[in-house]
Amino acid sequence: MITVIEYRRSPTRFLAARGASARTTGKIGDAVAGSLAPLRLINRPDPRRPGADWGRVRPLLSGICGSDLALLTGRSSPYLSPVVSMPFVPGHEVVGELLDDVGDLRAGQRVVMDPVLSCATRDVEQCPHCAAGHESRCDHVTGGTVAAGLQTGFCADTSGGWGGMLVAHGSQLYPVPEELPNERAVLVEPLSCAVHTVRRAAVPDGASVVIVGAGTVGLLTLLALREFANPGPVYVIAKHGHQRERARKLGATDVLEPKRAARVLRRATGGSLQTPERGAEYLLGGVDVAIECTGGGGLDAALRLVRAGGKVVLSGMPSSVDLTPLWYRELTLIGAYASDSGGGHGSSDFADALSLAGHAPLDGYVDATYPLSGWREAIGHALAAGRLGSVKVAFDPTRD
Amino acid sequence: MSRPGFVLEVDERTPPLLVHAGESFRLEQFPLGTRVVYPPDSLPGIRDVDGAIADALLNPLGRKPLPELLHAGMKLTIAFDDLSIPLPPMQSPDIRSRIIEAVLELAAAAGVDDVELVAANALHRRMTPAEIKHIVGDRVFASFFPEHLRNHDAEDRANLLHLGKTKHDEDVEINRRAAESDLIVYVNVNLAAMSGGSKSVAVGLASYKSLRHHHNVHTLRNSRSFNDPPNSAMHHSYDRMQAVLNEHVQIFTVETTVNNDTFPKNLGFLNKREWEWSLKDQASYVAAKRANDLAPAKLRRKIWHNTRAPYGVTGVHAGDPALVHEKTLANIHRQQLTEVNGQSDIAVLGIPYICPYNVNSIMNPILVMCFGLGYLFNMYRNKPIVREGGALIMYHPMPQEFHPVHHPSYIDFFDEVLSETTDPATIEAKYEKQFAEDEWYRHLYRNSYAYHGVHPFYMWYWGAHAMEHLGDVICVGADRKVATRMGFRTASSLADALEMASDTVGRSPSLTYLHTPPMRLADVR
Repeated sequence: MITVIEYRRSPTRFLAARGASARTTGKIGDAVAGSLAPLRLINRPDPRRPGADWGRVRPLLSGICGSDLALLTGRSSPYLSPVVSMPFVPGHEVVGELLDDVGDLRAGQRVVMDPVLSCATRDVEQCPHCAAGHESRCDHVTGGTVAAGLQTGFCADTSGGWGGMLVAHGSQLYPVPEELPNERAVLVEPLSCAVHTVRRAAVPDGASVVIVGAGTVGLLTLLALREFANPGPVYVIAKHGHQRERARKLGATDVLEPKRAARVLRRATGGSLQTPERGAEYLLGGVDVAIECTGGGGLDAALRLVRAGGKVVLSGMPSSVDLTPLWYRELTLIGAYASDSGGGHGSSDFADALSLAGHAPLDGYVDATYPLSGWREAIGHALAAGRLGSVKVAFDPTRD
Repeated sequence: MSRPGFVLEVDERTPPLLVHAGESFRLEQFPLGTRVVYPPDSLPGIRDVDGAIADALLNPLGRKPLPELLHAGMKLTIAFDDLSIPLPPMQSPDIRSRIIEAVLELAAAAGVDDVELVAANALHRRMTPAEIKHIVGDRVFASFFPEHLRNHDAEDRANLLHLGKTKHDEDVEINRRAAESDLIVYVNVNLAAMSGGSKSVAVGLASYKSLRHHHNVHTLRNSRSFNDPPNSAMHHSYDRMQAVLNEHVQIFTVETTVNNDTFPKNLGFLNKREWEWSLKDQASYVAAKRANDLAPAKLRRKIWHNTRAPYGVTGVHAGDPALVHEKTLANIHRQQLTEVNGQSDIAVLGIPYICPYNVNSIMNPILVMCFGLGYLFNMYRNKPIVREGGALIMYHPMPQEFHPVHHPSYIDFFDEVLSETTDPATIEAKYEKQFAEDEWYRHLYRNSYAYHGVHPFYMWYWGAHAMEHLGDVICVGADRKVATRMGFRTASSLADALEMASDTVGRSPSLTYLHTPPMRLADVR
């Protein structure tokens, strides 16, 4: 038997959490929304290995991602409901200990996991996307030997990082170098998404970029941008003081408060500032590329800050937004989801992220860990991470 | 005979004294021994203003009578001061409208057809049609606006003319129409000794290229003060430019001065010395204070900006700019000069709701600084009212509030520039050119109602002398974050401010309160 945090179907709790997060803000709102989430701490049997190429993994740390929080607070899109299977154990940012020999990996090895449950994990014929190295676009996430699930952490069969054990396919696992501590290794998955985002953005040399948001995704995207592209000035819109400091350390040209961003970018890039009768100011002019990293309202800002003909890259799960700028300014909107093994560029996002995590200045990014039994506090902390000075909050299932 | 300026020493019998603080005012009990500088009583206005105007035009100083300078076929440009003076704006009819009408009548009689009117707004915002109409009067407005009555555009390259350089290599570039005219008649109102004279055309009709030679940190730090033209490096530059102008175009200036009737009857107590308030004045104070405090912010601002001053005209002089300005300065000194015996450790200022750059607008924090450390600090002759290293205490709530149409570059200046440094020289070197040449600011200056992109820099430079001179600036009642951004400290009361200032000036400082408005010029001995 293992202890897990299980997400179950509960329309009542879903709506309650959604209402609480929408109507309350600050510490109380975070605590209430976290407590109302349709989660429960239970004991259940160990997950079954779906095939010989699968191994059991004992999570050592498992991060709480923005997409998890969107789900728990009722802000995720119902669009995704067919590609998850319930009940499931969340947690897809995982560093763990492998309990079985799988392929070249040996039991006892520390591993990180690419959570995408693509064709290779499902024992089905490869879809065209997986064949082309674009596993994150897999068409078969509802078929094969495991239940529907776009990723581990959203699949009823695999368990997830927020439990005492999960199962993972050999193609998902990467050995962690001895010298890489768990606190950095757990960031490899979000870092791989950032690497993927940067590759999807295909930022031209010297192009100006604004990163909207400086939480985990925004900061790691900045890190990946400096590592895998050659942009011109990179501006980061950050809400909190500690985020601004970290962004500067990671090489931001300038760090902007949200309410000042439009004016500063106008000064920096030229053009003019327009003030509509309703809604936020926008630029005629602006940056070449905007990368939305808030998983929320940042998309609206991104659309308003990019120049005509520029690119807007969507790194987080979007919220509803006025798409007039997309039409009027003839922008290119690019989605960037998870990571892949190469596609057109021929380089694995995950492997590159693992390598980058080895030398990037990521110490201190995971500054709060909770046992599974402290899930309410953990979720509350993660919801308020920016305000509380944290970047990444994680579960440590070994403490239960 | 009006009473001269007066320095009161606060004693046990002194009542609380009126202090302006933005769109509000209060009575403040000053410590015993505080010196309070009052301007002379308001001088009587000229009874026959039209007669005085006619007399000035027909008997000018250093020029032929105006009718002799006017002839058919000539090109005549009438330039006039914009809405930045007087403050508050004058009750109708504005003195400028009466002068302009008189000049136009003489021009018509002489058969002059080619007449253009230009508001000498330099890098100030364009005036709205209503604001122009208030200055020039209904008849002139109806006859000339908009084809032949317009705001000067300092960014209209096609309509600027470079006339040459001064002996100090300063560019003299002004409005082309004015420069190519056979005669410029400049119509002025003076409220401070810094205005008028060589400043009128050389500044009011100039371009940035020309203005940057005197509106800079070095010049302003060496203008001690810029309200004492003989000792003002800024005015020396104006004079050099005037010499270049004199070689190219004939200027016939008409300068006027007004008295200290700053507030209308219903606020008459604001013009008086507190111990002379009648029972009616005291009741007016209580009622006005209560109504002002209770009024919603927008209404309060509207009421203040609708205030029109019932100024009396104390002088009208016309002719050669230099000769005319001597008379003007004498009139200003007659109305504003108060002799003060020695400097003090601390000066106290109440910053009112209006300064030259927020007429019908918002007095943003940079303008508060400019009015306090620029204009009011520099209202001195000989020596500043406060000793070097002393402290300045000023009253203003200083909210972080900017008029988005009038002051767009101020917002960026406050957010971007002041968050990095408050040092005028550093600001000038690093940022001035960027803002001055910003195309969006240019566009807004030319087509909207925005002050030029470089204008907040000039405001900051106005305070450069004071910033260098003072050891401490403490703002009573100000928004702490805003004041800190500007390099100042805040206090909740005068007592707290004095306690804080003790770090700089000790426990028993001498204190001088400059009671203004109405305007006064301290002659510090």
